[in-house]
Amino acid sequence: MARSQAIVAEGLTKSFGKTRALAGVDLSVAEGTVLGLLGPNGAGKTTTVRILTTLLKPDAGRALVAGIDVAKHPDRVRARIGLTGQYAAVDENLTGRENLILFGRLYRLAKRDAVRRAEELLTQFDLADAASRVVKTYSGGMRRRLDLAASLVVSPPVLFLDEPTTGLDPRGRLGMWETIEGLAGSGTTVLLTTQYLEEADRLADRIVVIDHGAIIAEGTAEELKARVGGERLDVVVAQHDDVPTARRILEALGGAEAQVDVAERRVTAPLPGGAKRLAAAVREFDSSGVELVDFVLRRPTLDDVFLSLTGHAADVTGNGNGGGNDAPPNGKVKAEADLALAGTKER
Amino acid sequence: MSSHTAEISPTLTRPTPPTVRANGLSDVVSDSLLIAWRSLKKIPRSPDWLIAATVQPIMFTLLFRYIFAGAIQSSLPVGVSAVNYLIAGIVAQSVVFNTMATGIGLTEDLQKGLMDRFRALPMTRSSVIVGRVLADVVLNAFVTMIGILAGLAAGFRPNGGAAEWSMTIALLVLTSLAFSWMMAFTGLSLKTVEAVNSVGFLWVFPLTFVSSAFVPTSTLPGWLRVFAENQPFTLLVNAVRGWLTGYPEVGNQGWLAAIWMVGVMVVFIPLSVWQYQRRTTR
Repeated sequence: MARSQAIVAEGLTKSFGKTRALAGVDLSVAEGTVLGLLGPNGAGKTTTVRILTTLLKPDAGRALVAGIDVAKHPDRVRARIGLTGQYAAVDENLTGRENLILFGRLYRLAKRDAVRRAEELLTQFDLADAASRVVKTYSGGMRRRLDLAASLVVSPPVLFLDEPTTGLDPRGRLGMWETIEGLAGSGTTVLLTTQYLEEADRLADRIVVIDHGAIIAEGTAEELKARVGGERLDVVVAQHDDVPTARRILEALGGAEAQVDVAERRVTAPLPGGAKRLAAAVREFDSSGVELVDFVLRRPTLDDVFLSLTGHAADVTGNGNGGGNDAPPNGKVKAEADLALAGTKER
Repeated sequence: MSSHTAEISPTLTRPTPPTVRANGLSDVVSDSLLIAWRSLKKIPRSPDWLIAATVQPIMFTLLFRYIFAGAIQSSLPVGVSAVNYLIAGIVAQSVVFNTMATGIGLTEDLQKGLMDRFRALPMTRSSVIVGRVLADVVLNAFVTMIGILAGLAAGFRPNGGAAEWSMTIALLVLTSLAFSWMMAFTGLSLKTVEAVNSVGFLWVFPLTFVSSAFVPTSTLPGWLRVFAENQPFTLLVNAVRGWLTGYPEVGNQGWLAAIWMVGVMVVFIPLSVWQYQRRTTR
């Protein structure tokens, strides 16, 4: 009953100088499914992808992609994978069409077939109107779409997407999600890395959470969600003296330990039941006489997830992956996560 | 090429693994030509590049010809035209300068992540550099031709025949190739375009100026003269100058220059390929 695995990694380790980028990563992705590799900058996401796509040799460990050993037969792996990195890796001085034809021909398609395939992809990725324009004139979203199209020239059975939506505006991100969903629906195995919990939740069948080069949790979105306790109530009190009271109230309501930021007079705790329990929370605070400055019900963020999984906040500034590859191209994307899920599943 | 066409699905509904086979020498050639094609495609589309590439050789030729010709005339043997003397030097220098484009182009591709895409394709490794070098030789020929035309307009009067011109062109193409590989190594070793520019000039300037390109080496101080008279760029300049204008005697300097250029390639082709592998697998 076990489906065959499109990607298998065992004990991958990699160091850059003294920096340990990967400290033993095991992965397996069943054929036709989507795996979300979730983690902050510098967690080792890009390093993992670069090893699986033959761009990097691991110090130790083994990886099979489409059943082929990446270290032994890199060329055979390359013919079966598509890779879209964090940079839109297309030639800016060529038109969209020329880029796709170039990559098709480098994939060893005959010229006629490369041309035909380019036209198909341009239509499919909504770039037909811009096909004859030089890529330099494209918007960020268009470049990403072209980049993704370029990795699909031969319809590879396994697709690697390294932070496919980093740097895109909300509309571009939504478009990219729909495209990825379409690919996944057509049977392509996808490994995508992301800093966005919302993205992993929406696209991935299974999620692996990675931090400091090691896997710290994995499961389906539902499994992870069930463990973290869903929505959180964020309260800021007017008086410092009221912080302990607020904490007591929140812990009583949620039945879990609250996080306290004394300087900000902020108390945060899971609120099982979410909006349905909101009225009860308001009543409690009202009757206690605690004056509130802010009172927000929110979904957990990447920070909440990491806090509950590791006891430390997500290190969004990156912790110095020696390759520096985990940094987004514009260097300013932070780990904002609109929605989240979390939970621990001990390995 | 067309015998192993991968099956293409009209939509993405059925992923089809492409046909896989080992890469051969013909693949190196076809991949290199594809890369060269894409490097050359940008030319008609970059008017700024085109203007710079046209104006610069004209400017250099005119500057050197009108500023230095008068000053060096007296140190040349009677009957040797300073204009003829200088233009040959400028043409040779321009060929070497232009090879910096190879280093800059490779660094840009690395920075923009394009190298990762190439590396994840089932294409031949060396083609990424070979194609770039080929394209840059073509561009170099174009820029050099403009420099020569500007020289002719400014009083350059070569008297070499077809044989001399052929030898000159062959040696300059060889020089362009050799220095492009040297620049490829420079570009693959450095992280930014700016660094490639400064490091490139760091050795291109002494090499081209401490030579017979602009002044007779007899005017240099002793220790500098030893270097200037024995370095490959002087051999190149003397050969080109001798073939095109009849002064000085070329003798075996053309051959020696060619041997130098081949030597540079023997060293820098493997070094560049090694550096490419090293750089892109880290």
